Amino acid sequence: MYRYDEFDQAFVNARVAEFSDQVQRRLSGELTEDQFKPLRLMNGVYLQLHAYMLRVAIPYGTLSSRQLRMLAHIARKYDKGYGHFTTRQNIQYNWPALADMPACLADLASVEMHAIQTSGNCIRNVTADHFAGAAADEVADPRPYAEILRQWSSVHPEFSYLPRKFKIAVTGAERDRAAIQVHDIGLHLKKNEAGELGFAVYVGGGQGRTPMIAKKIKDFLPEEHLLSYTTAIMRVYNLHGRRDNKYKARIKILVHETGTAELSAQIEQEWLAIKDGELKLPQSDIQAIDRYFALPDLPARPEGDEAIKLARLDSRDFGTWVDQNVITHKHPDYACVTISLKGIGEAPGDASDAQMNLVADIAERYAFDEIRVSHEQNLILPHVARADLKAVYDRLVEGQLHTANAGLITDIIACPGLDYCALANARSIPVAQEISDRFADPVRQQEIGELKLKISGCINACGHHHVGHIGILGVEKKGTELYQITLGGSGDEVTSIGEIVGRGFAPEEITDAVETVVDTYLGLRLDKSEKFLDAYRRVGAAPFKEALYGSDAKAA
Amino acid sequence: MKVLTANRLTDGIAVWWCETDGWIETILGAKPAASKDEEAALEAVGTEAGRTNFAVDINLIDVNVVEGVPVPVRIRERIRAAGPTNRTDLGKQAEGKLPPQAAPTPFITPANA
Ligand code: SF4
Repeated sequence: MYRYDEFDQAFVNARVAEFSDQVQRRLSGELTEDQFKPLRLMNGVYLQLHAYMLRVAIPYGTLSSRQLRMLAHIARKYDKGYGHFTTRQNIQYNWPALADMPACLADLASVEMHAIQTSGNCIRNVTADHFAGAAADEVADPRPYAEILRQWSSVHPEFSYLPRKFKIAVTGAERDRAAIQVHDIGLHLKKNEAGELGFAVYVGGGQGRTPMIAKKIKDFLPEEHLLSYTTAIMRVYNLHGRRDNKYKARIKILVHETGTAELSAQIEQEWLAIKDGELKLPQSDIQAIDRYFALPDLPARPEGDEAIKLARLDSRDFGTWVDQNVITHKHPDYACVTISLKGIGEAPGDASDAQMNLVADIAERYAFDEIRVSHEQNLILPHVARADLKAVYDRLVEGQLHTANAGLITDIIACPGLDYCALANARSIPVAQEISDRFADPVRQQEIGELKLKISGCINACGHHHVGHIGILGVEKKGTELYQITLGGSGDEVTSIGEIVGRGFAPEEITDAVETVVDTYLGLRLDKSEKFLDAYRRVGAAPFKEALYGSDAKAA
Repeated sequence: MKVLTANRLTDGIAVWWCETDGWIETILGAKPAASKDEEAALEAVGTEAGRTNFAVDINLIDVNVVEGVPVPVRIRERIRAAGPTNRTDLGKQAEGKLPPQAAPTPFITPANA
C-alpha cells in the first residue's frame, strides 16, 4: 500500500490547519457563507437535507485495517454510528457538525486520509478496479498509475478551476470492473506486442443528464507518457470546455461538439509540445511507486481446496457464498472476497461502525491488512488464503455481512437519494430495500443469475442507473415521486447506455414493474446460461415494453 | 402558506422559525405566514439569521395546515422535517420532534407490506 512520505503528511496536516482556521473564521462570523462555501466544498463538506455531509477520499478504493478502524471511529464519534460507501469508492458521513470538522479531519490525517478534492471543479478521486493487484485476469496493477495521477492532480494549480468536475478511472484487465468508459478519462492498462506497459486512453464518457460512452483516442500510450498526455487532455479541456452552461461543461460535451478526430488532433498537438519534457515519467519513479503496491508475500497454502470441500459439506450457506462472492486470485492458493454491503432489505453501501471494525479485524487477521471499496458499494478482501475462507465467512456472519449476492439482483447500487441528498428528486434507498425484500429468496436470485440493478434519485446519476442492466431513475412529477426504468445499460468493457422503456412508475408500482421485467426475461431466455443483458441485447426492448405496458406499449 | 426554514450554521441541523420561541428544531411550532406582509416579515427574519451567521440555506417553503400542524407540500421538505425514511431511528422523527401529520409517505407497496 502507498504510504505518505514527509511531503504528503506535511501537505495534509497543513490543509487541516488551514481548514480549521477557515471553520473558526466562519463560526465567528468573519467569513460569510458565500465566502466559506467554496472553501468547505474543497474540503469535502456539503450541506444536505438534515445536516452537513463529509465525503472522505479513499484513493482508488484502497484501505488498511488501521484506516478502516479510523473510519469506524469517525462514524461513532462525529456521526450517528454509520457511514455510506459511494460509487466513487469514497465514504460519506451524513451527520457531522461543522464545529467538529477540524477534529474529524485531524483524525483522518493521522491515518493518511483526507477529504481534499472530493468536491468542486477539480480532478476527483481516481478510481480503479477493486480487484487490482489480485485478480487473476489482470495484466498489471493499475493502482501505481492511479497513485501517480493522484499525486500529480492534488491541488494542481492549473487544474483546480476546471469548467466542471473531472473523473479518471483505471483498469488493468480486459474485463473492465472500473467502468472506465463512463469517465471523463478512462485508462486501460495493457501490454503491447513488445511486452511494454501502456494505456488505451478513452475520453469523454460520463453519466448524468447527458450520458455518453467515452471515445478511444489512443490505442497505446506508453506508460512514461501518462502525465504528459493527461496534461494535454486537461489543457485542451480547460481551454475549450464550456463555462457558460453548467450542464454542458463536462468534457463529454466538448468531445461531442468538437468531434473525436478534431479533439484528439488538438490533444496530440498539445502533447507533442510537452511529451519529452519534465512530465515524462522516469522508470525509476514508476518503480518506486510500484514497490508500494507489491503483492504481499503470500505463503503457499495448498490445503485450501480440501478445507473448502469439507466446509461445504458442513454448511450449504458457506458453499453458496463461496460460489457467489469469491473470485479467482492470481495465486492459486488465494482468493478475492466480496463482502456484501447489501444485506437483504438494507440500505446499499451503508456500514455501521461495528461492521467496519469487524472487517478491519478480519483483514488484519486473514487478508494481509488490505481492504478495498468497490464502486458497486461493497467491501473487498483482495488476498485471502482459500484455506481461511471458512474462518472469514464465520466472522462475517457475526456482523451480518455474509450475504451471498455479489452480482445478483439484490446487489443493488443506490445513491442516497431524497432521504439525504439536497439535489434529489426522489428516494432511492427505499426502492432498493423493497426490491431487495421482494427478491430475497436466494434460490430465486440464483435462478435469475447476474443482474445489475442501479438506482439514482436524480438525473445526476450517482447511482449509475444509465449503466444498470435494469436502471431506475427517480423523478418528481406533480409533487410526487415517479420512477423511470431503463434497460440494457452496462458499465463494463462493452459499455452501453440503458434505454428508457416508457412512462414512469409510482412508488407503489416500481417493485412490481421490476418483477415484470425479470419474469419476462426468465420467460424468454434461451436457457439459464443466457444472462439478462445478453437476452436483452438479443431481443431488444419490445417484449419488456409489451409486458410492462400491454397494448399501451406502442404509445409509451 | 409558507413557513421559514434553514439549517443551523454550527451543526447543519434543520430548523424552523417559530414566532414565540425563535428558531426551533421541529416544524411543529412554525407559524405559517397568512398574508404577503407576514411573508415579508418572515423573509426579514431569514435575512437577519443569515446576516448574523446563525443559519444557512434559508428558505420559505410551502405548507398546508393539517389539524393545526404545518405540513410541507413537497416531499423533500416532509423528509427534511422527519429524517431519513429508511432510518426512522434517526433525525427529528426519532427525537419526538415530528408531528405525525407531517410525516412523509412511507415507501411501502401493498405486496411488500
Ligand atoms: S444521483 Fe442525485 S439524488 Fe442521488 S446522490 Fe447524486 S445528486 Fe443526490
